Amino acid sequence: MNNTPNTVDKKILKVVSNIDLSKLKGAYNIRKDGKLLVRNTTPNIDIVSKKDKDGIDIIIKENTKNESVHIPVILEKEGMNDLVYNDFHIGENADVTIIAGCGIHNESHKTSEHDGIHTFYVKKGAKVKYIENHYGEGNENAKNVLNPTTVIYLEEGASLEMESLQIQGVTSTIRVTKAYLKEDSNLVIKEKIMTAEAQEAKTEFYVELNGENSSTHVISRSIAKDESKQEFYSNIQGNTKCFAHVECDAIIMDKAKVSAIPRIDANDINANLVHEAAIGKIAGEQLIKLMSLGLTEKQAEKEIINGFLK
Amino acid sequence: MLEIKNICFSREGKDILKNVSLTFPDNKVIVITGANGSGKSTLAKIIMGIEKPDSGSIIFNGQDITDMPIDKRANLGLGFAFQQPVKFKGITVRDILNITAKRKLEKCELCRYLSDVGLCANDYLDRELDSNLSGGELKRIEIAMLALKNSTFTLFDEPEAGIDLWSFNSLIDIFENMKNDTKNTIVIISHQERILDIADEIIILSNGTIKEMGKRNKILPKLLLSSKSNRYSKEVKCNE
Ligand SMILES: Nc1ncnc2c1ncn2[C@@H]1O[C@H](COP(=O)(O)OP(=O)(O)OP(=O)(O)O)[C@@H](O)[C@H]1O
Ligand SMILES: [Mg+2]
Repeated sequence: MNNTPNTVDKKILKVVSNIDLSKLKGAYNIRKDGKLLVRNTTPNIDIVSKKDKDGIDIIIKENTKNESVHIPVILEKEGMNDLVYNDFHIGENADVTIIAGCGIHNESHKTSEHDGIHTFYVKKGAKVKYIENHYGEGNENAKNVLNPTTVIYLEEGASLEMESLQIQGVTSTIRVTKAYLKEDSNLVIKEKIMTAEAQEAKTEFYVELNGENSSTHVISRSIAKDESKQEFYSNIQGNTKCFAHVECDAIIMDKAKVSAIPRIDANDINANLVHEAAIGKIAGEQLIKLMSLGLTEKQAEKEIINGFLK
Repeated sequence: MLEIKNICFSREGKDILKNVSLTFPDNKVIVITGANGSGKSTLAKIIMGIEKPDSGSIIFNGQDITDMPIDKRANLGLGFAFQQPVKFKGITVRDILNITAKRKLEKCELCRYLSDVGLCANDYLDRELDSNLSGGELKRIEIAMLALKNSTFTLFDEPEAGIDLWSFNSLIDIFENMKNDTKNTIVIISHQERILDIADEIIILSNGTIKEMGKRNKILPKLLLSSKSNRYSKEVKCNE
């Protein structure tokens, strides 16, 4: 296998991780078609291949500040089915940014699939920003499947903010996020999804608030176009004095279908849980306002969508 | 010049506008007033193309625009500040001003338009046009948008609603500047005496018809007199 990234690789890396290979700094691990393409480690961040299964351990030393890890995945070989386990061990009081993402370039009519199982062990007081982009391109009959699972363990006072974005070219996705929060920990999830044509996207959030004063804020914004289908499930378990806020906001267009099934269980008198779900087409008055500024209906629609997914 | 001829509009069995004809001359401030529900906003929406009249026509600078869509009218030079500003998730104050200008505005331009409506750019540019802004703030941004949009005929639907008394003078400055800068015709729907004071002409709508129209100094005294007597008659009713 050739270990020099080609032009398609470079484009995909730019889209999913916004990285320019020549300028890439810090720790990184680029995986292509099920194999390691390039890797770099730093004195504070080690990346080790797993022995028992496909995947890596990313080990971040305690008190590591202002460092980042890029772990993009590229699928270009047709009919590829890639399953990978990535474990992140984040040391006490570290403050880091992790950028993951998967880009599929599928020129065939076959199915390309990447299932990434990411587990975060965030130690006391550590702070993580986790960004994940999913993107597909290639043959219009290609099937690009991405099924990411994210499991998050937050210790006392730890926090994690996850931003996930999937706006193009993914035929089918089931995305599962599970989190277990201890005292004073905080989890923020911002998810943005756009589906078109016959694409399907399903997302499931399961959050257990087990430690006193733990809190979570889940914000999902999505747009479903054409005949695409989306399902949103969230299940928040408030087991102590805690706070949760779930917002699911979807714009539905054409013949698309969207379901939102939020569940909140307060198992303690001091659990304070809120969920909001709203699904609707683009408000007529929004289109009218922008048209009264001189935009065509199509331009107005575009501005509304861009803003919504920003 | 904008003319509307024999406009009729009814919905759900109610005649909202009854055969309304009006001429708005160029480069004037015209204030439309009248009771709640008299049809003022409906008339403005019909001029902008948001509502379609059942019959009648609208002529703008000699061109029949009765069947023209909203965006075409906007590009021809019509502008409309809504009575209730529209909220957008994710679109910021900066975004909406850029959209209005159809280009990326410089920071100093953004500042100027916002400070004209009494808002500090640094505090507002990156805020979203959603429920986190107060009613008065949304209203000010709506006015800034119309001051920025290149129009020659601008309708303001109750621009003073929700604007505090201290800012009233700046609001009036905006209208006067717009009138002088761009030879704009400004039509303001308002119930406010201080807005009526800057009118060249006043139109009184009542139950979907024009009750009276003419120069301010002719209409205003009558209007103030009748509003006083109305107040009086209400008091009598209460005492009964
Ligand atoms: N689409 C509609 N369907 C039914 N009734 C309508 C419709 N649009 C307006 N109306 C009614 O027509 C009347 C005039 O409404 P309009 O909004 O034009 O009043 P207005 O003069 O602007 O009042 P205000 O001073 O309260 O803003 C009201 O009684 C209103 O309820
Ligand atoms: Mg009105």
